[in-house]
Amino acid sequence: MRFDVAIVGAGVVGCAIARELTRYRLTVALCEREVEVGLGTSKANSGIIHGGHRAPDGTLKAATEWRGNQLWSDMARDLPFGFARIGDLTVAFDDDDVAYLQRLLEQGLRRGVTGLEMWDAERLRREEPNLSEDIVAALHAPSSGVVNPYEACFALAESAVRNGLELRTETTVTGIERGADGFAITTDRGTLHARFVVNAAGVFGDELARMVGAEEAGLRFRKGEEYLLDKRLVGFVTRVTFPCPSPTSKGILVTPTYDGTLMVGPTATWSEADDLTTTAAGAEEVFDGARRLAPGISERDCIAEFAGVRAVAADEDFAIGHTRVPGFLNVIGIQSPGLTAAPAIALDVIDLLAEAGLALEVRDDFVPTIDAPLRFAELDPDEQARAVRGDPRFGRIACRCELVTEGEVLDAIARGARTMDGVKFRTRAGMGRCQGGFCAWRCLRLLASSQDVDVSAITKRGGRSWIALPRRDDHAATEVEHA
Amino acid sequence: MPDLHPWELPRRYDVVVVGGGPAGMAAAVGACEGGAERVLMVDREHEAGGILQQCIHHGFGLHHFKEELTGPGYAQRYLEQVLEHDIDVLTDAYVLDVDASRSVSVLSGRYGRTSVDAGAVVLAMGARERTREAIRIPGTRPSGVMTAGFAQKLVNVAGYLPGKRVAILGSGDIGLIMARRLVLEGVEVVGVFELMPHANGLTRNVVQCLHDFDIPLHLSTTVVRIHGSERVEKVTVAPVDEALRPRMHEAWDVDCDTLLVSIGLIPDNELARTLGVRLDPVTTGPVVSSTMETSRDGIFACGNTVHIHDLVDWVSQESRLAGEGAGAYASGRRQAHDNVRLVPGTNVRSCVPHTITTEREHTVYLRVTQSLAPCTLRLGDVYERPLRYVVPGEMVTVKVRPRFLESFHGGALRVDVVPREEAGRE
Repeated sequence: MRFDVAIVGAGVVGCAIARELTRYRLTVALCEREVEVGLGTSKANSGIIHGGHRAPDGTLKAATEWRGNQLWSDMARDLPFGFARIGDLTVAFDDDDVAYLQRLLEQGLRRGVTGLEMWDAERLRREEPNLSEDIVAALHAPSSGVVNPYEACFALAESAVRNGLELRTETTVTGIERGADGFAITTDRGTLHARFVVNAAGVFGDELARMVGAEEAGLRFRKGEEYLLDKRLVGFVTRVTFPCPSPTSKGILVTPTYDGTLMVGPTATWSEADDLTTTAAGAEEVFDGARRLAPGISERDCIAEFAGVRAVAADEDFAIGHTRVPGFLNVIGIQSPGLTAAPAIALDVIDLLAEAGLALEVRDDFVPTIDAPLRFAELDPDEQARAVRGDPRFGRIACRCELVTEGEVLDAIARGARTMDGVKFRTRAGMGRCQGGFCAWRCLRLLASSQDVDVSAITKRGGRSWIALPRRDDHAATEVEHA
Repeated sequence: MPDLHPWELPRRYDVVVVGGGPAGMAAAVGACEGGAERVLMVDREHEAGGILQQCIHHGFGLHHFKEELTGPGYAQRYLEQVLEHDIDVLTDAYVLDVDASRSVSVLSGRYGRTSVDAGAVVLAMGARERTREAIRIPGTRPSGVMTAGFAQKLVNVAGYLPGKRVAILGSGDIGLIMARRLVLEGVEVVGVFELMPHANGLTRNVVQCLHDFDIPLHLSTTVVRIHGSERVEKVTVAPVDEALRPRMHEAWDVDCDTLLVSIGLIPDNELARTLGVRLDPVTTGPVVSSTMETSRDGIFACGNTVHIHDLVDWVSQESRLAGEGAGAYASGRRQAHDNVRLVPGTNVRSCVPHTITTEREHTVYLRVTQSLAPCTLRLGDVYERPLRYVVPGEMVTVKVRPRFLESFHGGALRVDVVPREEAGRE
């Protein structure tokens, strides 16, 4: 099959580009090496939609941050994912910090960021009583928000597929060759042909560029560890709270997630591209940093932890644009505020493709929306009663910590979840304080029976991440399967 | 077991029991004996019996039935009593909420989302296992790190194995039982690693599950890192110093594809929390009276929801009492108010119940913080009794009789467990 455009990498950027392209009369393919979309950097970050005042002047980051921020509202109108403009605070502990806030305020005003406001200590105390009493001032940006980034990826991909995208998961690109009329993309699952290729391969961005002889971005990798706290602390801090930054990082933040639970982090340490380890030192740095902002935060409330890797270009900016290989576009080095900027980046990439000769003919049958999955826990009692009357599967609890029903798990599977992580990040089953102790077996069974396979074939997130082995007599077969 | 679901769910019950495990079953039976006529027991699984159903090993019921039963066998004894007492059993159902007026919201595929008014409620939701995240082990997050209880469900209920080469962190009873279970299934168990200088489970489990099967137990040792990107590939373990800090220069790697964590249980008390019931900061379960009533009128609690037991026999005994209390409450009979508050003293971590009366005999359950042998249990300065030994892993049960407290007149009674010589000669 020959596609007009092939995108490599189904993170939030790749998914957003794919969905924008399906608005036009084009054939589009999206290749992802993981078993599901959005499982790389896009999943493992703070989930913040930044206010638009933070990125340094003169960068691509600054050019896309505020536009991206605004575009999230359009996306959230059409697609079901957790998104709320809860606002953010940058807090000052001394006069130097206050001067920094002043510069940030002016920078934001210049860019047209709305609603920015300086708060004195008294106002801050009233609004966020659990923040440190040592804070002397804060800059409030009400346009900032939080998003469940994996939900955004799932929704973007689902919408794009609904509009004709060819999504190829578990497909690793191993070579790209430019021919007379486009590219031949070799993968571990056959070859694709495409007139244009968009490199949205995240931490593999340079590797992909190298395959075709395009410019690399000098990617290095900066790991961030994040720690999620128990529901008990819902409402303890209600806005994303930043300290004043250091030269390499925005510092340790306290972030209320869309679901209300607090997340603290991230660290920022140079690492390998595949280093997703959390460390004792990282935890110490995160909790010390978080306590500086909100002294009531404790390691004891930690229910989950994870690490993500940012792909950082040599100049620290996004590397977006044409390359020396005509028709091959780089969209790499997308670190913070990449999630915020993603929808703006997608529009910019459409323009770049048009410049490169892609004809854009708007479709009249593009469907911008997808049905929102039912979220039982968010319904009021009458709605819950109606849901169960309509379908008794909504009357069976799969995950009790997050109150997820079997009906929701089955819906997630129908929408494409094939792994435990796919179910977890679509439904929240297994994200709560028992971390799957109760629901894992139920989800395993539902995944296996819906796909008509044995439980031992179900993985956590593809590859060799099997969960259970068949017993006794089946051992011999298993040896081969998992060798 | 026959289908005990009523055709239509009545709007009102004398007693509603939340949870159909050992605590719930005993409480439901107790409620009938306490005078309740209409009793409902709600369980989220397809079958009542709770965790007992996956505990296919023997060793249950030595105290209560004076014989050695398997978990399902023990559950069956109680299910039969539930049947005899004509108790309504609602399975595949989940209690979403209990409010202070004792309206119980129930979700089930069979009856939908509905609510039931209860004369009294017994909370018997049991416990959940502490997870890897609760102790924040650094490293990657591959498949293959699971609680011992989940592995037990995989093996005993579902008929699968958790892996081929297993390391176990923590020496809780479930972990010890699973070590033996996995060896019997042909799985290699490379060792049990326990942070503390003593095993956390029952002594008999250390002997029968580890020693008898030559499974090494590494005390004062913990897992400091998990490796593997997709599935567990190995773990790094290290001995700890007196302050429980890992001595990293003495760390070593253990090849395995699975890490079971057996690091304790936490009372499952979401409902108690939303009800605003007073909780004990040490047990994290509700504060209860001598009839197992919580700080909310007509709301009782029992079993692992209140405090973590190591023998189901005591769960049954305590829960029967809670059921009787709930049955009596629902029938309008109130018992004498407690007039003694138990205060954990030297080497006592927790006492349940939290209050008792001088009028009746009580069983008091203690947890100690340190091992001692021999030692003396003291109630204030009015009563003392020698104990052969105490260990943190084994609950101490003490019968407190009215005559022990004849010379006691205060409100707060301190409970100490001290070395024998400190208490003087008996």
